[in-house]
Amino acid sequence: MPFIRPVAARAATAFSRLWPAVLSVGGLFLLWEAYAQFSGIPPTTLPAPSRVLAQGALHSQALWDNTLPTITATVLGFACSVSAAFVFSVLIDFFRPLRRALLPVFVISQTLPMIAIAPLVVLWFGFGLTPKIMLVALVTFFPMLIALLQGYASTADEIEQLVASMGAPRWRIFLIARLPSALPFFFAGLRISITYAVVGAIFAEYAGAAKGLGIYILNAKNNFRPDLVLAAVMVSATLTLLLFGVTVLLQRLSMPWLRLSGSHKP
Amino acid sequence: MSAARLELRGIAKAFGDLQVLGELSIAVGKGEFVSILGPSGSGKSTIFKLLTGALLPDAGAMLFDGAPLQPDHRPFAFMPQRDALMDWRRIIDNTTLGLEVQGIGRMAARRRVAPLFAEFGLAGFEQHYPAQLSGGMRQRAALLRTVVQDKDMLLLDEPFGALDALTRADMQRWLETMWSRHGWTSLLVTHDVREAVLLSDRIYVLSARPGRIIAEVAVPLSRPRRTGAAVAAIEAGILDLLLSTPTQRT
Ligand SMILES: Nc1ncnc2c1ncn2[C@@H]1O[C@H](COP(=O)(O)OP(=O)(O)O)[C@@H](O)[C@H]1O
Ligand SMILES: [Mg+2]
Repeated sequence: MPFIRPVAARAATAFSRLWPAVLSVGGLFLLWEAYAQFSGIPPTTLPAPSRVLAQGALHSQALWDNTLPTITATVLGFACSVSAAFVFSVLIDFFRPLRRALLPVFVISQTLPMIAIAPLVVLWFGFGLTPKIMLVALVTFFPMLIALLQGYASTADEIEQLVASMGAPRWRIFLIARLPSALPFFFAGLRISITYAVVGAIFAEYAGAAKGLGIYILNAKNNFRPDLVLAAVMVSATLTLLLFGVTVLLQRLSMPWLRLSGSHKP
Repeated sequence: MSAARLELRGIAKAFGDLQVLGELSIAVGKGEFVSILGPSGSGKSTIFKLLTGALLPDAGAMLFDGAPLQPDHRPFAFMPQRDALMDWRRIIDNTTLGLEVQGIGRMAARRRVAPLFAEFGLAGFEQHYPAQLSGGMRQRAALLRTVVQDKDMLLLDEPFGALDALTRADMQRWLETMWSRHGWTSLLVTHDVREAVLLSDRIYVLSARPGRIIAEVAVPLSRPRRTGAAVAAIEAGILDLLLSTPTQRT
């Protein structure tokens, strides 16, 4: 079988893919470190990355306690928006006039400034998890919906005509042809939205929360601790990267044919 | 020709102002291999859309075994232009597609197609994805998907149009062998004159748009057919006919 490769070979290719990213990120950190050390800017204004990491390690327990609620809000909000986007995409695909009725509403929902909406949602739904889930869902719903609709539309006419010629009713054509055709678009949407999701969760917490990276950042700022602000930012960046990695992994698992190269053609 | 299985009488189809099919009348007998030969854009694929029910004709009658075609029961297995294999299904699952739609369980469907893989030159490729197959193999997989549906008649839309010349010639010979063995009642549409001559018992020659039959050519050559003087002579005759018929170029 062409797609089972030895673990060592896999690790080697993974490393060869990763080292440019490691180099560029490492380079940025070095520049930042050098600038913070030699520019004379006080660490209370611009802390060096070494200081950010050291203080982050020192406060790791507090950081972790505040990361968990952010992860929860992100994952739950995202799950809600993906489910809702799927349901609406199916409705719109089956009842085309719905598209014209609903899309304007969804577009408007995207133009709402977070800075105005977040405090209002917190005001209405309190400091708990609910408003965070809602805000994460709000920022990620639309890209997911559009990705799915575009995915359905990308179905090859020939394939649809073929399945129809076999006597399949509309809903079977959807399941057999349109839904699988949308998979690459779905995952593209997933990768984009997951990055919005973390930012959305942090913003929602910033507007009011008992715990979470957003509120941690706000408190650290108010205590004149830019090093801890940046430590929380690093945590959120890591979190985003991890979630991004999960979506890539999910895509690889659910679309194994994408990994095939043409080199196995007989 | 025995009693007609498929008969089209005076079929017309227009898209808005564009009259695609004029007055099309053809018949296909049981076990017969018939081709409709016409230039690109003459409405060949449209004929199949009418037959499979994707479109409705503006005028005319479509009869199968003497009775009008029913919208919910089409006796055709259709092979679209380009192979229309689904990237996301393994070859075995692509070939069972029609059986799956008919409601046959996955395992039973696989058992039914599996023995045919060798005859279609696909043995050992059951678990491969379409992206791993060559153009010729993809077409054979698409044809396997078509014939395994066990319908009364095959509709083949330019099955080899996307292949390189050598593979195409190879596939034409292979299809002729397969057809001689199985005797499928077949309607092929193509713009390839040689392909029509090599494969068909009879050829309907379609004019440029609006498509209508300008000639019906019997091909009384023995099988297996190989390119040679006899094939070339019929080919030349049809080409003359097509090129001498006045057309508006598009
Ligand atoms: N759904 C459609 N709407 C409008 N025009 C169409 C449609 N389908 C086909 N046509 C036009 O009809 C003509 C015949 O198309 P087609 O049957 O695909 O030709 P062929 O298969 O012989 O190349 C072409 O000019 C094409 O542009
Ligand atoms: Mg065509």
